[in-house]
This record gives sequence, C-alpha cells and structure tokens, in this order.
Amino acid sequence: MRRITRDRIISLLLIAPSVIAIAVFVYGFIGFTGFSSFTKWDSLSPDFTLVGWRNYQKLFQIDRFLCDLRNTVTFTVLFLIGCIVIGFLLAVLLDQRIKGEGIFRGIFLFPMAISFIVTGVAWRWLLGPGTIQTGSSGVNLLFQKVGLSFLRWGWFTDPTIWHVKPESGVGMFLNQIGLGGLASPYFGISVAMISVVIAATWQMSGYTMAMYLAGLRGIPEELREAARVDGANEFQIYLHIILPLLQPITLSAVIVLGHISLKIFDLVVSMTGPGPAFATDVPAFYMWDTTFRGNNFAEGAAIATILLVMVAVLIVPYLIYTTRTEAEL
Amino acid sequence: MTTQTRHRSSIRWNRVLIYAILIIAAAFYLLPVYVLVVTGMKSFQEVSLARMWDLPSGLYFDSFAKAWFGKSSEGIRGLGENFMNSVYLAVPATLISAALGSMNGYVLAKWKFRGSNIVFPLMLFGMFIPYQSILIPLVQVLQRMHLYGSLWGLIFVHVVYGIPITTLIFRNYYAAIPNELIEASKIDGAGILGIYRHILFPISMPGFVVVMIWQFTSIWNDFLFGVIVTSRPAVQPITVALNNMAGSYIVEWNVQMAGALLAAIPTLLIYVLLGRYFMRGLLAGSLKG
Amino acid sequence: MTRKILSIVSLFTIVALVLTACGGAAPAKTNKVEMFSWWTAGGEADGLNAMYDQYKKAYPGVEIVNATVAGGAGTNAKAVLATRLTGGDPPDSFQLHAGLEVEKYEPAKYLQPLDSIYTSEGWDKVFPKDLISLLKYQDHFWGVPVNIHRANVMWYNKKVLDDNGLKPPTTWDEFFKVGDALKTKNIVPLVIGTKEGWEAGHTFETILISTLGADGYKGLWTGKTQWTDPKVTQALETFKKIMTYANTDYSALTWDGAAQYLVDGKGAMHIMGDWTDGWFTSKNYKGYGWAPVPGTAGVFDALSDSFAAAKGAKNQANLNNWLKLAGSKAGQEAFNPKKGSICARTDCDPKLFNDYLQSAMKDWSSNAIVPSVAHGAAAVEKWSTVYKDILNTFATKGDVAAAQKALQQACVDNGVCK
Repeated sequence: MRRITRDRIISLLLIAPSVIAIAVFVYGFIGFTGFSSFTKWDSLSPDFTLVGWRNYQKLFQIDRFLCDLRNTVTFTVLFLIGCIVIGFLLAVLLDQRIKGEGIFRGIFLFPMAISFIVTGVAWRWLLGPGTIQTGSSGVNLLFQKVGLSFLRWGWFTDPTIWHVKPESGVGMFLNQIGLGGLASPYFGISVAMISVVIAATWQMSGYTMAMYLAGLRGIPEELREAARVDGANEFQIYLHIILPLLQPITLSAVIVLGHISLKIFDLVVSMTGPGPAFATDVPAFYMWDTTFRGNNFAEGAAIATILLVMVAVLIVPYLIYTTRTEAEL
Repeated sequence: MTTQTRHRSSIRWNRVLIYAILIIAAAFYLLPVYVLVVTGMKSFQEVSLARMWDLPSGLYFDSFAKAWFGKSSEGIRGLGENFMNSVYLAVPATLISAALGSMNGYVLAKWKFRGSNIVFPLMLFGMFIPYQSILIPLVQVLQRMHLYGSLWGLIFVHVVYGIPITTLIFRNYYAAIPNELIEASKIDGAGILGIYRHILFPISMPGFVVVMIWQFTSIWNDFLFGVIVTSRPAVQPITVALNNMAGSYIVEWNVQMAGALLAAIPTLLIYVLLGRYFMRGLLAGSLKG
Repeated sequence: MTRKILSIVSLFTIVALVLTACGGAAPAKTNKVEMFSWWTAGGEADGLNAMYDQYKKAYPGVEIVNATVAGGAGTNAKAVLATRLTGGDPPDSFQLHAGLEVEKYEPAKYLQPLDSIYTSEGWDKVFPKDLISLLKYQDHFWGVPVNIHRANVMWYNKKVLDDNGLKPPTTWDEFFKVGDALKTKNIVPLVIGTKEGWEAGHTFETILISTLGADGYKGLWTGKTQWTDPKVTQALETFKKIMTYANTDYSALTWDGAAQYLVDGKGAMHIMGDWTDGWFTSKNYKGYGWAPVPGTAGVFDALSDSFAAAKGAKNQANLNNWLKLAGSKAGQEAFNPKKGSICARTDCDPKLFNDYLQSAMKDWSSNAIVPSVAHGAAAVEKWSTVYKDILNTFATKGDVAAAQKALQQACVDNGVCK
C-alpha cells in the first residue's frame, strides 16, 4: 500500500512542473488574450475598459478578416489533403523495395529541415509569374522553355475567387432557401492560395510520407498474404486492410498538420504578402499587422480567440473520441 | 506458374513507372534547392527574377563569405557570430524538452490518475495558441522571472511550448508498450522511478530520436521567440541574424540565399544523416495516433 | 551503445550549459548606448555606420549596441519595440518616422521630450519651418530628424523613352498618351510592386496630391477636406486607370523587384520614393531620369526618419550625445549621401551629394511641403494602416465607390472627420 501511495505522489510531482507551466504560459495567457478581446485596448499601455462583443462585431465586417477566414479554410483543407495523399502515395512507392530508397527518402524528408521563411522566399521565386510584356519568370519561364507555354498562369498574383455567383442556378436556389449570403466571394476558394499550399505541402509531405512508410512497414506481411490467398488484388488489399490500419496515423497527421496550417504566418509573410485584394492573407498575418502596426491590441486578441475557437471545434471532438476509446480498452 | 510469369513482367513495367514517378517527384522536391544554391553563387548585379534559372556566370562564393562573416562596413552582421547562439539554444532546449516529454508521457501513459484523461488533452491544446497573440504578457512574465533578454529565457520559452508535442509523442509511444511489463516490474518490487530507469528508458531511444529531431528543427528554425525574447544582437539566434540581412528597402538576394543555406546546414545534416533513425523511431510506434 | 551515446550527450549538455551560463552572465556595467532601428543592410546600414564612426571618434570609450530587426517594412521591429517599451527594457534611442506616427508610442508615457536639446542646439533655426511643425506633437518635440526623403518622384528609363520619341509626362493625360504608345511596343508603361502592402498607398497619395493640390491634400488629414470630395473620386478613377498600364504581376513583387523591370528596359516609369536613387546606384544603373509625379510639380511629399529617446533609457548621457550628433551638420553630412536622402538641416554642403539629391535639395527649399501618409507623417499609424489596406484592395478590385466610402469611414473612425 505504502509503495503505491509513494509512487502516486512521485508521479504527480513529475508531472507537476509541466502542468504549472502550461497553466501559466498557455491557459493564463489564453485567459489574458480572451479578456483583452473584450476591452478597448488600442494603445501601448493597456486600457481594460470592457466593451462587450464590439471587437468581434467589427471584425466580421472587415473585408480583410473575412478574406482571411476564407483563405484559412481553403489552405487547411487543401494542405491536409495534399500532405496526406502525396505522403501516402510516396510511402507506398517507397515501400516497394526500391533501390536507393534511402536517397529518395532523404530527398523527400529534407524540406522539413528548412524554416518556413526560407521556403517562402524560394517558392516566391519559383511561382512568381512574371508578365507577358516583361517575360515570364519562375516556373512559368520553365514552361515556356519546354514549350508548355499554355500552362502559364498568375499563380499567387491571380485574384480570382471561385465562388457561387448569385445569378447562377445554384445561387438563385440558395437565395430561395434563405442562404443567399453563401453566394459571395467570402465563401469561395481563393485560387492564389493554391501556390501557398504547394509550398507548404512541399515542406511537410515528407513528414506524412515518413509516418506512412513506418506504418506500412509495421503491417505484418502475413495479413497481406492471407488476403492474397483469399483472392484479393493489390488495390483491394490497400482499400480494406491497409488504409484502415493506418487510420491512427492519419488522425495524428491531421492534428499536427492542422495546427501548423491554422497558425500559418512565416510562410505567407515571406512568400506572398497579403496578396491581391488579400487573396493570400491569413488571420495570423492580420493579427500581427493590426496589433503591432495599428496598435489594436484588443482586436488582435479577438482574432486570436477566434482562431482558438476554430481549433477547438476541430480538436475537441477528436480528443473526446480518443479518450473514450481508450477508456473502453 | 503462369501467374508468376505474368506477375513478373507486369512488375517490371510497374517498376519502371514507380521509378519514373519517384524521379519526377524528387526533381520537384529539389527545385527550390537549385534556385537557392544558384542564386547564392551569383553577384548582386546578376541576381534577378528574369535570370533565375540561369547558372551563375562563375562560382562566386563571395555571397557565402559575406553571409557568414558579414561586412561591418556595410553594417551587415555575419551569421557566424550568431551560429553558436543557436547551438547554445537548440541543444539544451532539445534535451530538456525531450526529457520533460518523456517524463510526462510516462506518467500519462502508465501511471494514470483520476483526471489524467483531462490533463492530456488540455496539454495538447496548448500547441494551438498563435504565439503572436501572447507576446506582450510573455515578455512581462519573463521580466518578472528575470529571464527576459537572455539565452536561458529563450531556452525556457521553447521548453515550455515544446511540452505539448513532446508529451504527445512520448505518451503514444509508451501507450504502445504492454502494461504487463510494468506490472511484472512492480511485482518485483520496483517503484515508479525504478521502472522508468530500468525498463522504459532503455527502450525509449527511438522515441527520443523522433522527439529530438523534431524539436531541434523547430527550435533552430524559430524566428518569433528569438527576436522577441532576446533583444541584444549578441545573444540572438541565427534566424534573427539571417532575417536582418534583408534591408528594409533593399534586399541583396544572393547574400540572403547564401545565408539561408548556411543557416539550414545543421538541420539539413540532421535529417540527411539521422533520417534512418527518424524512420526507426516512427516504426517503433512513436507516432501512432 | 545507448550508454555511450547517453554519456556523450550528457557531457555535451553540461558543457553547453556551462558555456551558456558563462556567456549569459550579466556583463559588467560598460559604457554603452543602444540604438534600435530596422536599417539592416545596404545604403541605410552604410549611413548609420558612418554616423556611428563619427560617434566613436568623438566618444571613444562608449560601446554602441546596434539592435536591429528587419522585415515587414518595419513591422517586426515595431513588435519588438512594443514588447520592450511595455516590458520595461527600452532601447536608448530608436528609429521613428517624423510626424503623427509618434502617437502610437504614447509619447507622454514612453518617450522623452527633446525640447531642451532643440533649443540648446539651435535646431529650430536650422530645420525648415514645415519640418518643425511636423515634428511637434502635443506641443513637444519627440525625435531628432536625420534626413528627408521625397515620395512623389517618378523615375524613368531614359533610353526607353528616347527610343520611342517620348518625353516624361507632366500631367496624367500626357501619362496615358505615353502609356498607350509604350503599350504598342510591348513595354510596361508603369512598373509597380505591392507585396509589402504599402506601395499602393504610397502611389495613391501622390495621385491625391495631383488632383487636390498641396493644401487640399493636407486638408484630408486635418478634416478640412472631406474624403467624399469629387476630387478624391477623380484620384481613385485615375489610379484605377493607371493600374491598367501596370505590370500584371504587381502583387508578387516588392518595389525593387518591379524597379528591376525598369533597369532591364522592360518597363518605362516607376513611382517611388527617392531611396530608389540609392538602389539604382547599388545596381550600377545610370540610365535613369527623374521628374515629379505628373501633376505634382512644385510639391514636395516628404517623409523623415528621426531618432527618438525612450523614457527610462539606461545611458542618458551617451544618448544625449547621440541625439546631438544626429542633428548636427557633421552627422547628417555623413549619414545622408550614403543613405540616399537629403539632410533635414538646411545647411548641409550640396557638393557631397549626387545629381538627383542636389536637385532634391533645391526642391526641398523651394517647394510646398506636404507630409506623406504611407510613411507615418500625415496620420496616426492606426489610420495609415487602414488607408494602406483599402488601397491595396482597390489596386486589384477597382471598386471606386466602396474604396471612397471606406476611406471616409476610416477618417471618421479616427475622429478627424464627422
């Protein structure tokens, strides 16, 4: 009995420093930020007069912020899909007992070693489109040189937003069911973000590849053999056996990549800036600008709080799900 | 027998396809490196977007020299001076946060208490705060702790904000280790610390590798905390010095790119040389959901 | 094997920790002065260093700590400055745009008034009156101006214009005629880059000057001119038309990326401040000409870099010496030719400056002076940030009514318009 209690105490002591650190530096600060978002603080020295929801109301009327929300959704969805699909495909290919697997793996993994700032600079040069009169540059120039000129497009200088037009069939239908507001550029896909997704996927798909490769190697060959004996072809084996077994990896990737994508800042600042009509702007960038250029600390705090709520909406269900499944074990 | 021959020939065609795809993918992944290296070797007049694919007219290593040693006449602080700062920052911070993560993962996976199912998600959630929003209170708290402006303060900050990810990795890693191992040890009379030292720690190497590689990279490449927590240029890490090589209006791209490559060498080396151990660590189950 | 790795790693840790502790030990109280700016490279750093050299000659025992943070057109530096000022660790002196930008630092609380130095050094006689009125905020002086930059300059490639028999335009109508001629030759009439988020606002303010005139433009920031004025609409329409004569990849380029097109002969004209002159020189390009932005001849759209003094500065005496040097003839003559700007003082020796800067000095003493908004002189930074964002969107979307409404709203939000 005594040993158990003593161990119990030690275990709590071991974890205590981290709990305290998180309590202060994460939740204490979240509390401070949340509180600030309800105040009037817009100067260097804090002004904690409460103003209710005003900052939030203002935010949802600011064009730049609405563009940011739309861009974040575009970026997160495409980035997650890109990393997971490409990582998985590369892992499958590398799993086929390739000569020089180590070299290929190194090539796919090394972008993770580079900081987002450097990645942004390199990809800005690569995807900067140039113009018709001054000549193409970057990848557009490459296309031109190999005779694929028709592939040239504006990349991240293209302000097009794919969205439902109010006059279109879908748009009018939405209007009839009272959701006409959805047929606006704020609920669309910013085409310029695709360039940012490419750069980010380049950087992080090595991570998902490594995870999936490890996962694939961890699946015992007997399982696959058994399925083959039962008459399944390779494709069915992947679909019904391998993919389900890799599901925990996918979930883990979603968390790690998701947190990177919601906070994405360095990459956008160094690669594209805010973009034409804020086509590549993101909430973290706007928060930075408004807090330290405009001195709007309360507004910046509101943006941070909104970001956290968005994260919570995605993560909390996952956490509840995992803790419940583990409790059942 | 017929199935085998058919299998073999289709494999050969398949294998050509596989290699082709891998080579094309590799080219895509190496494209930015080409641009960085080639631009780093040009002279300032040569550097322009129109000529970015062209090979440099000669192998100028001046940009690399300028990036590393700086040019005090132009007020450019060389990266070399801040390189060791980054080392003094990243190595201790990585080791400490790995140790902390291991401890936390151990407790949360094997010594669950009432509420550990709440503590873990709460810790995890800490990964998600946007750091820009907490800079002002962070500096004020650090000031009160007398940690502001020093390398130790920066180490402290990275350790604290590394707790969520390191705990996540280790907790999942240890969760995969069967409880029977622990139970057997307990019956033999070992206590919580003894079990860790004799059973878990020796088999934790793969987990440590993954955590340390991840943490070292993210700490080495961090800019935000580096520029906010350490104010004196003599103490700042290399990422801040690299960023400062861009003037506010005028950017010498060749020097910048050369500098970026130099600053990335330690992390690049780690991934290239230790990539194998990284894979082994992942294989050992450290990152299963 | 594990044990060996472990012992090596622990040894390394201990060594590293010890070295860190040694390195991080509190330095003995040395005699120093700390300057904070975002002048990190190129001509700006050169100029700053030239002033540092002078300081070191005059005060040899003092160590100069040059704290700089680049990036984001100063936003990174401002973030660091905010944390340092509110965190109780201010630098001694920091870079500040002359004008209303000082408001964001709450001067009464965080800065030292410099009125006594102004009087003791006799600066009120040596700085031009328009500059003095810019420098005063809430009845005090908060910064020592070291230079003047001009924002309303149009640079052009002489060869491109000559080859096509064109002259640099002096009105917008001429500009569009020149532009049309150039378009037929597949040359970009106006090169512009907006990646940093302030360039569109910079260009537009020069257009505002051309349609409203010096006084009308100044009135926008004091409430005398309404943003709903039809001349503002005209300026917006002009800017919209101008963007059709610009390179289509403007959002991917910083201003110097766009200026490169001019150097390469692919573009003809470029509206940008006169730091461009220093940039051309660094690129070894001499074939450029300059003229005031069409419609703004006789007006000098000014911005000025100054040094402020933080309250609670740790090295007051050294700081005072630095401020005096920054405002002195010797200091400014050392700084400005390298930086590519003209002195704030009116008594600097013109022979030290190149052709462009000499002509700028002449204009500075004869033209009507208006404050730049894109560079912190005309309005508080809260307002100028919104202004720049509005123009950034407008450059792409071209929605004149929406932009004008937003501009008026920004004026109201900042308490200047009703």
